[in-house]
Amino acid sequence: MMRFLLLFSRQGKLRLQKWFTPVSDREKKKVIRDMMLLVLARQPRSCNFLHWRDLKIVYKRYASLYFCSGLENNDNELLALEVLHRYVELLDKYFGNVCELDLIFNFEKAYYILDEFLMGGEVLETSKVAVSDSMEEADTLQETMEEYMSKPTY
Amino acid sequence: MSPSVPLQEMIRAIRSARTQCEERGVIQRECAAIRAQFRQADNGGRSHNLAKLLYVHMLGYPAHFGQMECVRMIASPRYSEKRVGYLGAMMLLDEKQDASLLITNSIKNDLSHSNQYVQSLALCTLACMGSAEMCRDLAPEIDRLLRASNSYIKKKAALCAVHIVRKVHELGELFAPAARTLLTEKNHGVLHGAVVLIIELCERNPETLERFRKTVPDLVQIMKGLVLSGYSPEHDVAGISDPFLQVRILRLLRILGHNNEGASDAMNDLLAQVATNTDSTKTVGNAVLYETVLTVLDIKSESGLRVLAVNILGRFLLNNDRNIRYIAMTSLQKIVGTDHNAVQRHRGTIVDCLKDQDASVKRRALELSLALVSATNVRSMMKELLIFLSSCPQELKSHAASGIFNAAER
Repeated sequence: MMRFLLLFSRQGKLRLQKWFTPVSDREKKKVIRDMMLLVLARQPRSCNFLHWRDLKIVYKRYASLYFCSGLENNDNELLALEVLHRYVELLDKYFGNVCELDLIFNFEKAYYILDEFLMGGEVLETSKVAVSDSMEEADTLQETMEEYMSKPTY
Repeated sequence: MSPSVPLQEMIRAIRSARTQCEERGVIQRECAAIRAQFRQADNGGRSHNLAKLLYVHMLGYPAHFGQMECVRMIASPRYSEKRVGYLGAMMLLDEKQDASLLITNSIKNDLSHSNQYVQSLALCTLACMGSAEMCRDLAPEIDRLLRASNSYIKKKAALCAVHIVRKVHELGELFAPAARTLLTEKNHGVLHGAVVLIIELCERNPETLERFRKTVPDLVQIMKGLVLSGYSPEHDVAGISDPFLQVRILRLLRILGHNNEGASDAMNDLLAQVATNTDSTKTVGNAVLYETVLTVLDIKSESGLRVLAVNILGRFLLNNDRNIRYIAMTSLQKIVGTDHNAVQRHRGTIVDCLKDQDASVKRRALELSLALVSATNVRSMMKELLIFLSSCPQELKSHAASGIFNAAER
């Protein structure tokens, strides 16, 4: 299973953190620091896999963001790269040519999309279309309720 | 006015701060305003306030005063508030906090909500931060959802069950029957969840594993369908039909075939088919091949199939992609003890990888080279290893030196 997924910029700004096991705040900060140090120090055309503590780290850079995941020892690293790629594709489809600013100003959406794709550190839905459709329906539900709630009652 | 504007305005204000000090000032002001809003009675902007707090939390500032607000929001009848409330719970609460127990009742209610998106929030949160106690309490409800709901809920219930079993191992028995039935589903999301659940059950309980061995023919059928089917736009990734599901099934087959002749025989042909037919020009195909190789090497496979698997690893060693070379070496490392001669055949390529630019690849090549030193090749290997030692990066030098010494002793 995936233990965590972190998104951060070259300047070390965290854009998303998803933890799939209970981790204390102090430990989270330590892991984030270690991941940034390890990953940001890598040469451009390096192997995307690292070893850290008892985990396999799989990371990939997309434009200005690093996508960094921590996996258990019997997980398939090559597939993990596909998982990261799929998440990027889902973000891209939702935001239309996604960029870092989209994830900053709409961070809660990035989490909602992630929660339609992964759960408990495992892949939840393997179809891109299914994830997009669920997001659209959930968003519509939210907007309808917001609109309904903001109308004055007589 | 779009609902997210207050949040985005705050984000803009924070980002325009020119120094850390200025940023802290903006955040302090915002947090004070948020705190005040929390104390007020119900107003229209509750979800925006919590979202603001979550943003601030992500920047590394303390946000525990928002925990009770999460609890309140989750209990709200409005979907927009529940959505942010549950997100907040997953970000701010973990099983060690007292506040997390307070949401158990809301989760229980939401699991039977008439709207599947509300049910989904509850399932997701339970799978993310459910404590052992919560899991015990809600397991029967999850089992019910596994059997009688639509695909959207079933797939989420399956992964929720996985989390429950990881937390409370004994509950595995509860989910086994439902998991078995889910293998007949057509929906890929549900199938994938079912396979993950079965893997979890089998890894924890040898008796359950025995019972699930009977599913090998069904799994083989499903895999055949994926490998031989024509183009399926919904699940296609560069010509491979649902690689995520394929890899999962291969992993389950590995567990079921391990140390069992009967099961291994039943999957032999399929594995040969996958190994030969999978397109290896892209990473996704190689991910499936990699999993196939790991399965072949871990079950009681025919010798022909084993040779095929090691040869795939040999091909990986020559791949232009560093990641593939790295994977090949970690896999060869695992079998250098059991299939020593097969690995020796690729010694030349492995030694060449000592000269690779990448630090991770170099390290793997060193480990493997040291393991391959034998009485017959010691002279040529030592030559290569000493050349490596003279030019290798600092962090590998001591390991290389001690390795060479140990090998020489042998």
